[in-house]
Parts: sequence; C-alpha cells; structure tokens
Amino acid sequence: MANPDIRNLMKPLSISAFTASSSAGTGLVETMDALRSRNGGLTQNDFGAEPVDTFIGRVREVENTPLPAGFDQWDCRNSRLAWLGLNQDGFLEAVRNARERYGPQRVAIVFGTSTSSIGATEEAYANLDENGEFPQGLRNPLIHTPHSTGDFLQHVLELEGICMTVGTACSSSAKVFAQAERLIRQGLADAAVVGGTDSLCGSVLFGFNSLELVSPERCRPFDAARSGINLGEASGFALIEPDADGPRLLGYGESSDAYHMSSPHPEGQGARSAVSAALKSAGMEADEVDYINLHGTASRKNDEVEAKVIADMFNDGALASSTKGWTGHTLGAAGILESVITLLALEHSMAPGTLNATDLDPICGPQIRTQNTETPLRTGMSLSFGFGGSNCALLFGRGA
Amino acid sequence: MRQRTAYIEGIGVWAPVLPSWEEACPILRGEVAPPPPATRRPSPELLPANERRRAPDTVAISLEVARKACVHAGRDPTDLPSVFCSTHGDLAVTDYMCETLAQSPTLVSPTKFHNSVHNAAAGYWAIATGCTKPYTAISASGYSFGAGLLEALVQSESSGESILYVAYDIQARGALATVVKSEGQFGCAMVLNALPSARAKYAIEWETIGSGHGDSAAANQNTPFVAGNAMAAALPVLQALANEQGRCTVSLGATLALQLNSELVDKKAGQPVP
Repeated sequence: MANPDIRNLMKPLSISAFTASSSAGTGLVETMDALRSRNGGLTQNDFGAEPVDTFIGRVREVENTPLPAGFDQWDCRNSRLAWLGLNQDGFLEAVRNARERYGPQRVAIVFGTSTSSIGATEEAYANLDENGEFPQGLRNPLIHTPHSTGDFLQHVLELEGICMTVGTACSSSAKVFAQAERLIRQGLADAAVVGGTDSLCGSVLFGFNSLELVSPERCRPFDAARSGINLGEASGFALIEPDADGPRLLGYGESSDAYHMSSPHPEGQGARSAVSAALKSAGMEADEVDYINLHGTASRKNDEVEAKVIADMFNDGALASSTKGWTGHTLGAAGILESVITLLALEHSMAPGTLNATDLDPICGPQIRTQNTETPLRTGMSLSFGFGGSNCALLFGRGA
Repeated sequence: MRQRTAYIEGIGVWAPVLPSWEEACPILRGEVAPPPPATRRPSPELLPANERRRAPDTVAISLEVARKACVHAGRDPTDLPSVFCSTHGDLAVTDYMCETLAQSPTLVSPTKFHNSVHNAAAGYWAIATGCTKPYTAISASGYSFGAGLLEALVQSESSGESILYVAYDIQARGALATVVKSEGQFGCAMVLNALPSARAKYAIEWETIGSGHGDSAAANQNTPFVAGNAMAAALPVLQALANEQGRCTVSLGATLALQLNSELVDKKAGQPVP
C-alpha cells in the first residue's frame, strides 16, 4: 500500500556503473580529458546533402561501429551509437553481472530518446522504390518506431524485465532516473539500466532550423551575444542498484510548464518547481548543492529564463555551468550525458565551466562560471528541460 | 510478485465505433452491435475552436478521452500527473516530416516539427488544462499499453495520488504505412489511484507474472472495434471492466505480463479517502 507520508523523500540509490559518449569523447576518460583541456567536439555541419549552416557535435566513430552479429534487424545510426556507448567503461560487464546476480527479469531498462531511429525512416523516404515503398533493407518495422533502440537494448543485453522508452523530448533521459527509482522502490525491479541515445538526423537539424534556433557559430551558452544552439548526438547509460559502491542518486523532481510547446515559461515556473521537488525528495536545501549542470542550450530564451532561476534559487557559492559548448545539445540524450558529466565533476573534484562563453549575459548570477573550477564537490544537480514544457532536475551525491 | 490493488475512478474511450465509455460498455459486453463509424476523429473540447481542426489526430483523440476520464472521475485535470502512451506517436506527422525532408528539407514547418515529439499530446494536454504536474510519454512497441499502464500504476503506488493514464494510436499514413502497421483511430484514458476513495468505480488487483501467461492481448487483435490499431491491447482490459468483473493479462515483454483482475466497486463498500 502506498504511504503518502513518505512520498516526497526518497532513499538514495547507488549508481554502480556509468558511461557516456559524445562528440567530446568516447567513454569517461576521453570525456574528462576534453572537459579538463577545454577541447570541445563541435565542428562545421557536414551532415547530409544540403547541410544547414551551423556547427554540430557528430560522433564520427559511429560510422565505423557495426552492431554485433545477429542484430542486423536493429541496424541504424541510433542503435550503433547506443552500441558504441554500451561498450565503454566496462558497462556491458556490469550489466552482465547484474543480470547474473538479480536474474534477467529483475533488471529493468528505462531508456530515453527523442530522435530514436527516425533517421532510418528519413533514409527510407529519401530512397523510395518505383512503387513508392521503402527500399529493401529498410523494410524492417523494428527500426521505424520510437521504442526501436530500447528494444535493441533489451535483446543485446539479454534482459527480460520491464523495458520501456520515455520520449519527452530533451528531458527524456533525465526522467528515466525517476522512473527507475519508482520501479525499484515498488519492488518491480531489483536494478535498472537507464540511459539514452539520440543521433543526428534531418528532422532535428532542419526542424530546429525552421524554428530559427540553430547558431551559425559554435554555441556560447549564457554569453550575452549567444546566437542559438548546436545539435549533437550522444549515448549514455547508468546502472542503478539499491546498495552498491559508487555515487548516489539522491533525488529528482519533475514538472510541466503548461505554457508553450517550444518556448519555456517566461519566469521558469516549471524549472523552479522541478528543482524544489528534487531538493525535497532528497531532504536537502539549495545551499547544499555544490555544482549545477544547466540545461544551457545557448538559445536566447532558455538561457535567459534559466539564468534567472539559478540566480534566484541558489546561493552565490554554488558553481553552475552548461557543458553544451563541448557536446552541442544532444536532445533526448542530454539528460544522461549531463548526468554523467555531473558524476565526473563530483568524482574528479572539478566543476567544468561554460565553454565558448566569454562575456556572460548580465542576467547571470555569480553561480554561472565560464572557467573550470578545481574544488571538492559533494553534490551535483543536472537540469533538463524539453519541448512540451517537460522539466526534470536530478540530484547526485559523490561516492564514498 | 505480490498482488496489489488499484482503483479506477474514471474512464474515457474513443474510436469511430466506440464514441464514449457509456456507449462502449454494452458494445464491449456484446449486448448491442457497434454503431456505424461516426466521425474520423473527435472534436477536442479543450482546444480553442481555431485549433480543433489543426491539431494532429493524436492530440484530438488523446485530449478528448483524457477530458472524459477526468469528468467521469470527478477530478480536476490540474490535480493529476499523467502518463501518455503511444506505440508510434503521430504517424501522420512522421509521414509529413520524412516526406518533406526527402523533397524540400528547408520547408519543414516549425509547428509540425514541434508536433513530432513523442510528448506532443501530453504537452498540449498540459497547456490546454493548465496542469503543471509532471507528465511522461511512454512507448514500448507491441507492449506499449501494458508498459504505460504499469508506469501509471507504479506512480500512483509511489505517490498515493490519482494519476491519469492516456493511451492512443492512429492510422499509419503514406509510405510508412507499408512497413508500420496501425489502422483506425483509437484512444482510451483512465484515472487511477492506488488508494480507495468514494470516487472508485472499479477495483483492479494487479501483479506482474512470468512466462507461460495466456496472452489475451494478442488474441484481441481480432476484435472488430479497434481491429489492427497498435493500441488494441487495451481492449481486453476495457472488456473486463465493461463486464464488471474479469481477469486478463497484458503483455509487458516476451516472457513478462501484467495480470489484472477487475471488479465493480460496490458504492456502499467504497472506503473514504484516508
């Protein structure tokens, strides 16, 4: 029976393994090196036939990463990027161990994606046969549906438990942590693989271009002269267990703006309530948060609203930054990628700054930093806001 | 897996031959023949008149069934977190996006683009009702209905609050229709609560069970009411509810299922809200 008295407080969960791959680096070591050396992965857009004039965070290694034998039916850029991500940092082995310890039905998969494998559907439409049908080789229905990558994961990880895809645009792979916590708390799973993968495709490049949100230069989050977003692709995963070594998931907060499909609430009401809910679920105060990885897309509107929220809610000593100058906006994968960057910041006692921002918008409070800061960090928050006004704040604690 | 109980406080349903839950009940029980298909899609009352016609089908259908479920439950939509679930999302918007990208990519409509996200219907619902509670948007291929329902049950079990569950799929369009199979238009919604209250209309005992379960969801693909729709797995559950007592299983995966045992709540036995 549900107990309403405890609904706001969660028992911390362990993150026993985690990994992320983006244009800034494949796996944790490369990602950390890129953060330290301030070398981002954004390059001139060369994706597709008539590329939009912008920069992108392209993971070129994907193009040389075949799926393992027997998984051809899921072959597409998103599955390949997911597979590349799974193969870093001993993550596959960690899942294998969890499967052996808990049993294949007791390890859930909660996967977040916005693009999923829509790139494969776009490719089919660009190459229709003389009857107006999909070309041979792209007729497999498994890759033309939002759950395609989640389905691939379940098969390749040989798991048989609860498996679903969360598709709430740019908060997708943040909300997976919340969902996994509830599944474990309610005894429907003993552990969960959470994560997300989004890959570059025409839909997002031309779609964000149609909204006049992409920048012709490298994105500069929170800079006074910021001129829009850069799109990127990424893949990241975390293994969540009730009690293991490693950092902790301390809390989460979810909310909805109920304001506009593609613009944030002007006062950041939804963002504020997500942050408050995350703090409440962890039983913490805002001044106990050492580092905040911001959504910070470098769009005029997002950064303006978010900067105000941070200035209002956190004390001056908190360190905050957007790391999208390294990776671009990886959309449905941003939640997991930036959660992993937050975990790296805690582990290495290094709060990354905001790459490419030189002249911060005056609306920014003292929390938002351009330069990296070496300092012990006990707790970190990651913020993700998506189209349709879907917000998620995650709170992490450093491992013992 | 231990058995738990949830309470259904309200239901909304829409398909061309199932215009409302009240009218659907005797049809689902097999007592009366379904009416001839009404309109191709409902007119969502929650949207302003000028947006009703322009809204994607998935938005029109899901907003209407969600509204009806809230009315049936006597719940204010702004009080309810929600789980929206669709196997394929808006297949007409997907067809438009892919077709336009193949022909003239720079002409992609910004409105169609933001309507292409899987949470478009949930976003429109939040905006139309002013609900700032969290929503999520789920998909799980052939297991979508069960996955979304499980997420709604788990959320209510965790919060002790009522939650809105909305599941819908529409007809596949264009070249995509030769590969992705979904026919007709269908949506259903339920207001669920892990705790009993005077609003409870049905009680459902639920548990997850392992392999060897009978798959009533698969058998029901043949149902004439929403035949071929990707969300047809909802039908056995709706039929069990319409029958006022029944057991059914909904697949969650190849070897995992949600087993449901439902019955009408006797109004006199309904317990007060704690």
